[in-house]
Amino acid sequence: MVTLNVNGQRQSFDGDEEMPLLWYLRDELGMTGTKFGCGIAACGACTVHWDGAAVRSCSITMGELEGAQITTIEGLGADGEHPVQAAWKAENVPQCGYCQSGQIMQAASLLAENPSPSEAEITEAMWGNICRCGTYQRIRKAVMRAAGETQ
Amino acid sequence: MSAIQNLSRRSFLKSAATTSFVLGLTLPGRVPLALAEERGAAFAPNLFVEIATDGTVTIVAPRPDMGQAVRTALPQILADELEADWDRIQIRQALADKKYGPQGVGASDSVRDSFILLREAGAAARQMLEAAAAEAWGVDAAECHGKAHRVHHAPSGRSMDYGELAEAAAGLPVPEAETLRLKDEADFRYIGTDMPIVDLDDIVHGRADYGIDTVLPGMKYAVVARSPVYGGTVKSFDAAAALEVPGVEQVIEIGGTPISGGYDSVGGVAVVAKNTWAALKGREALTVDWEPGPNAGYDSAAYREQLEAAVRALGKIIRDQGDFDSAYAAAATQLEAEYYVPHNVHATMEPMAAVARADAEACEVWTPTQDPQGTKGAMVEKLGYAEDKVTVHCTLMGGGFGRKSKADYAVEAVRIARAIDAPVKVTWTREDEVRHGYYHAACAQRLQAGLDDSGNAVAWKHCTAFPSIASTFIPGHNEGRLFEINQGVVDTPYDIPNIRCENGQADAHVRIGWFRSVCNINHAFATNSFVAEMAEAAGEDPGAFLLKVIGARRIFDPTNEKTQYWNYGKEPAEFPYDTGRYAGVVRLAMEKAGWGQSLPEGQGMGVAAHRSFLTYVAAVVRVAVDEAGELTIPRIDYAVDLGRVVNPDRVRAQVEGGAIYGLSLALYSEITAAEGRIQQGNFDDYQLARIDIAPETHVHIVESDEVPTGIGEPPVPPLAPALTNAIHAATGKRIRRLPIGDQLRV
Repeated sequence: MVTLNVNGQRQSFDGDEEMPLLWYLRDELGMTGTKFGCGIAACGACTVHWDGAAVRSCSITMGELEGAQITTIEGLGADGEHPVQAAWKAENVPQCGYCQSGQIMQAASLLAENPSPSEAEITEAMWGNICRCGTYQRIRKAVMRAAGETQ
Repeated sequence: MSAIQNLSRRSFLKSAATTSFVLGLTLPGRVPLALAEERGAAFAPNLFVEIATDGTVTIVAPRPDMGQAVRTALPQILADELEADWDRIQIRQALADKKYGPQGVGASDSVRDSFILLREAGAAARQMLEAAAAEAWGVDAAECHGKAHRVHHAPSGRSMDYGELAEAAAGLPVPEAETLRLKDEADFRYIGTDMPIVDLDDIVHGRADYGIDTVLPGMKYAVVARSPVYGGTVKSFDAAAALEVPGVEQVIEIGGTPISGGYDSVGGVAVVAKNTWAALKGREALTVDWEPGPNAGYDSAAYREQLEAAVRALGKIIRDQGDFDSAYAAAATQLEAEYYVPHNVHATMEPMAAVARADAEACEVWTPTQDPQGTKGAMVEKLGYAEDKVTVHCTLMGGGFGRKSKADYAVEAVRIARAIDAPVKVTWTREDEVRHGYYHAACAQRLQAGLDDSGNAVAWKHCTAFPSIASTFIPGHNEGRLFEINQGVVDTPYDIPNIRCENGQADAHVRIGWFRSVCNINHAFATNSFVAEMAEAAGEDPGAFLLKVIGARRIFDPTNEKTQYWNYGKEPAEFPYDTGRYAGVVRLAMEKAGWGQSLPEGQGMGVAAHRSFLTYVAAVVRVAVDEAGELTIPRIDYAVDLGRVVNPDRVRAQVEGGAIYGLSLALYSEITAAEGRIQQGNFDDYQLARIDIAPETHVHIVESDEVPTGIGEPPVPPLAPALTNAIHAATGKRIRRLPIGDQLRV
């Protein structure tokens, strides 16, 4: 039995402890905002926060998560829209939108750690998140905008 | 001309709802008259628009969205003519149904082919609301004007909300097509305006539902083991270990068409479980003995040599103008070069997925599809359902790029749902997507050109060989179809007197499919590279030389007795190939990029241009290459001419994204095969452009009131040649094979 907290809700899990967090969120909790992209932590579509840090939920097993505080895209703006989400809208970042939950979670974690990242730091932090639609230049602008607004 | 009927007057609709204003359209050759499939209690919706008594306007999005923003752009067109307020509009996604006319998204044609239709739909609705107001006020309808969701009567200063008029309008005759008054283009309020996409808020909050997110009550989760070789079949399988995995419920063989099945599934063994993870684990434990079939020996390196041999031999002549052989023999300078582009796979961020419930009589599918009616058709053709027993819900797509034009994954879901008698979601892993794709055709090309003493091109020969998309539908098909050879070969508009084009034969050993921009990618890479090579031979600036080869403004049409021209299915009279517009984008991109400025050592600019899907695009790429061969791309300038633009911000977005798609192709991506098996599987070995390489892309849109064309695909083809031309300018190195990979490493 694993007990954890997802978006402020206490949850307990007594299934296969090898199950990745991603499939627990999507199939067991019905929280489909976190996306499946690769299953090997190579694209970032499944990014969530574990105790505040961005992680790839496809590559973390339930057995690792006793006592974990998990935040997903659904919980990011729980107390009102997160500045990263607002910036994403202001820059009209998404095209298909599929990777954007992960991009936003990654950016929010970056700004929590480093409120005024340089362009190189943004590139480094966002490198692991693929956008096949190619919205990178707007992602860069949106992260900078969000950084400016959280100063 | 269109004929429009007011379906509200039909008695059977009256019973469903009397409070809505319902508009039906019959547009001969376009959209047949029909009723929408969904009718809420208070509404009687129709094909494209309905207005409730509270003034809410529901616009049906006839085509599905894969990121190209048609769910926004198409309603923008209708709302503009209707004079509706955008914040009182709801969008409803249409089910797959022929009554909507073409619903596919995959040829950059959604705006192009819907523009007049949706304007007429909006205008007819507005005129009926105006007529209803005129009746209510006892005034002349000509004095009543819809504006900002109200009908106004200027002489008396009265006005009424559209909602107040909906019921009365529902009882009025639809205006004759000849009496429709389309707005003056100067009065457009949404067409030509940057509008955020309608799904923006849902996307950034994780609420947007893609096909893979669909959940039905009692739904099972399945993955499928498919033959590692295209054309392989199941000899036998052992499910014992798979069935021991907790959560795995059933392991069943599913049917399909192993080779040339079109939209059918390829067959395989499905593992059905109570969640995706259990299904994946079950598949790991499954043992399948495959009969590999005729493609077991497929080796992409050897295949490349076959394609190269095909373009060196005499191919089928597909364009012949003047006398290439004599002109080439007599030319002062002769050049030839070969180019190669490998297979590629779409790598949509959302892998293939579908949810289905089905029995022997009927099926219902939720799936991310670029081809709603094709998906429906696949259920009819491959699974034997009556058309009216198939329901296809079109979800948002997490990328499409041509892959989601095929229905194989939806067919799989229906096959499984029918077999297990329960709703099921089929999920493809990334490895499934990479290894069981409908691949972009690998392509070898050989070009030859002759220049006269003054550096003028006098002879041009272009030979191409690639496996045709038709092979996916027709067993053994081994030559390019008209639509393929007219994507950058036959339709090359250069002003050269002697031109011959040939197509060599090529058998397919993997499924071949549409891939964003299709054959234009390969052909534009070769033609634009070769023109730059000709410029070098002539000792001229490559930009100036490109403009010289394009020549004077004229309408290009290569048709003659040996040349079949194809203009994306459109009459050349309606969408003429205007070399002035082609040269126009080249000049604009060069001007905006600062072409001709002196650049630091190790930097260079390259230009390329291509017309595809009736849209003219030029790109100037600026690169810097350091001593180690490390490449950076500080800036790209694109000029695009797609006629009138509905949503400029989304056009810019498509071009910015097209640049990245092109960069992946140019720099990193390649699918190879050995012993019939695809050698890549995931983003570690099938690499895509990431944020570090993403340039600053500037998009310059030609202001135009020409009829709109499209923008999803056209930005991709010029990227790779503009990039490799820039690399040549920076380093002197000529790249003739994609991806560039480590070719610049020293």
